[in-house]
Amino acid sequence: MAAALRDVYGESLVKYGVPDEKVVVLDADLATSTKSVLFGNACPERFFDVGIAEADMVSMAAGFAASGFTPFINTFATFVASICAVSAKSLIAYSGLNVKLMGGNNGLTGGYDGSTHHGIDDINVMRGIPNMLVMSPSTPVMMDWMVKTLVQDHKGPAYVSVSRQGAGEVYEEGTSFTIGQAKTVREGTDATIIAYGLCVPRALQAAEKLAQEGINVRLVDMFTIKPIDRAAVISAAKETGAIITAEEHSVIGGVGTAVAEVLTEEGIAVPFKRVGIQDTFTQSGSYAQLVEIYGVGADGIAQAVRETVARK
Amino acid sequence: MKTLTRERSEELKALCHQFRVETIELLHKLQTGHTGGSLSECEILVTLYMECANITAENQDAPDRDRIILSKGHGAPMLYRCLAEKGFFPVEEMQTLRQVGSRLQGHPNMAKTPGVELSTGPLGMGLSAGNGMACANRLMGNEAYVYVILGDGELDEGTIWEAAMTASKFKNDRLIAIVDWNKVQLDGMSADVMPIGDLAGKWRSFGWNVLECDGHDVDSVYSTIETAKELLNGRPTVILANTIKGKGVSFMENTNKFHGKAITDDEYERAMKELEVLR
Repeated sequence: MAAALRDVYGESLVKYGVPDEKVVVLDADLATSTKSVLFGNACPERFFDVGIAEADMVSMAAGFAASGFTPFINTFATFVASICAVSAKSLIAYSGLNVKLMGGNNGLTGGYDGSTHHGIDDINVMRGIPNMLVMSPSTPVMMDWMVKTLVQDHKGPAYVSVSRQGAGEVYEEGTSFTIGQAKTVREGTDATIIAYGLCVPRALQAAEKLAQEGINVRLVDMFTIKPIDRAAVISAAKETGAIITAEEHSVIGGVGTAVAEVLTEEGIAVPFKRVGIQDTFTQSGSYAQLVEIYGVGADGIAQAVRETVARK
Repeated sequence: MKTLTRERSEELKALCHQFRVETIELLHKLQTGHTGGSLSECEILVTLYMECANITAENQDAPDRDRIILSKGHGAPMLYRCLAEKGFFPVEEMQTLRQVGSRLQGHPNMAKTPGVELSTGPLGMGLSAGNGMACANRLMGNEAYVYVILGDGELDEGTIWEAAMTASKFKNDRLIAIVDWNKVQLDGMSADVMPIGDLAGKWRSFGWNVLECDGHDVDSVYSTIETAKELLNGRPTVILANTIKGKGVSFMENTNKFHGKAITDDEYERAMKELEVLR
């Protein structure tokens, strides 16, 4: 069983956040789900549960940040992008405040809870806010690095889309990453998959399957969705001649849109396809079922690559 | 009960009159900006900045300074005038209000304007942020106060009551909310737009100390704020400041007409006569 990113998040928040007296953690009655509860247990004096009041939580975090603290707020991704959005935009990002907005249960990982609890529009909303860094980790190693970086290095507003699940590890322990620089997970010449989140380990499975069919695919982990690594997109298009984006998010406004913006502005025309939720409300089901139904699993990604390569 | 000396009281009254006149002159000249709310909050802001709060241009980065949040951000003109008086920026800069390139945006932005403690504009967020500052002060061992000025129309926002519960839960007794209770909002009388009911009872039931004052009497505002500062009984305190929207100019008072509309030349002249600037 692959480690769930939310568990890694909770543990990393304790590991890096507790020793730093400027870190405060806020939750809105989802702490046992987002795993911020681990910080709350380890450091109750710097943990603030405001009850089911997400908007209050985010504005309160702004007050902490204005007083020199580094607040991490926790709720589900879809609520950050809706209930919390006015404060995230007009109060936090507008002022450049150092608030870390952590959106849990991203993508389809809300599973049986259904459409209202699936986070498939968070990247779209948060990407449109000036000053906002937008990231989403793909594996436990990256999740741990991201929490460490947000605590120790990065200053300013950041949104992180976090999975409730895990889909395996693709990085060596201690791998270093740089905000804004995509990570090439696998080299390839026939096409490039640009993905983030759990679509990265699943795309790696797809790439390995495709290799057996003679299709040699590059895999790029675009964990910083904004600012997007334009150079990585351009070189992928020029060197492999076909792009497939993959995300557990609506095809509107996510990394598929961001990559399309780069390609269009650069005047690069290559076969291109966006794997993601096709502008529809999702439904209840097991996470594994939903991943297959909405075509964001290894099989769905592999099929999208085959179709796109055939258009070259 | 603490009171202002007669001399200081007269000075603050004179300052309020001056700021009132200057605000009307400025908003008439610029043909933009919120008049009604700026006039109703005048004595509250002036008394806080000039007398009650430990805030100066020199201590603006000190972690243990007091904080003032104007949650009703559309009252920016009077806030900016107070900040200029405190030396955060030159008074002449008031002329750039709401203009391209200005540090004085239509609604306050803490990243642009010295002395602004929180960006506001969308209503209902300032009390929550005040809780964050109050809890941060406790973690740092500061005995500073956080003042949040709320509009009464703003109390329609549900987040205010979320924050009211949060303040009680975390026992933020150095958080003092002041409601600019002018009973008028953009669309009309608050009693018609959204009846607030028993306002004092509402706050009390959320676990707050409730005080009331005449929001246009600097002596009353001063004494009430000083009383609030000394309560320190584990509960946050709200001061319901009875005010008049558009206070000081008869035809601007108690009406939503001057919430945000430009002042005409005729209205300007009549206002200046009433304020005894023109005779």
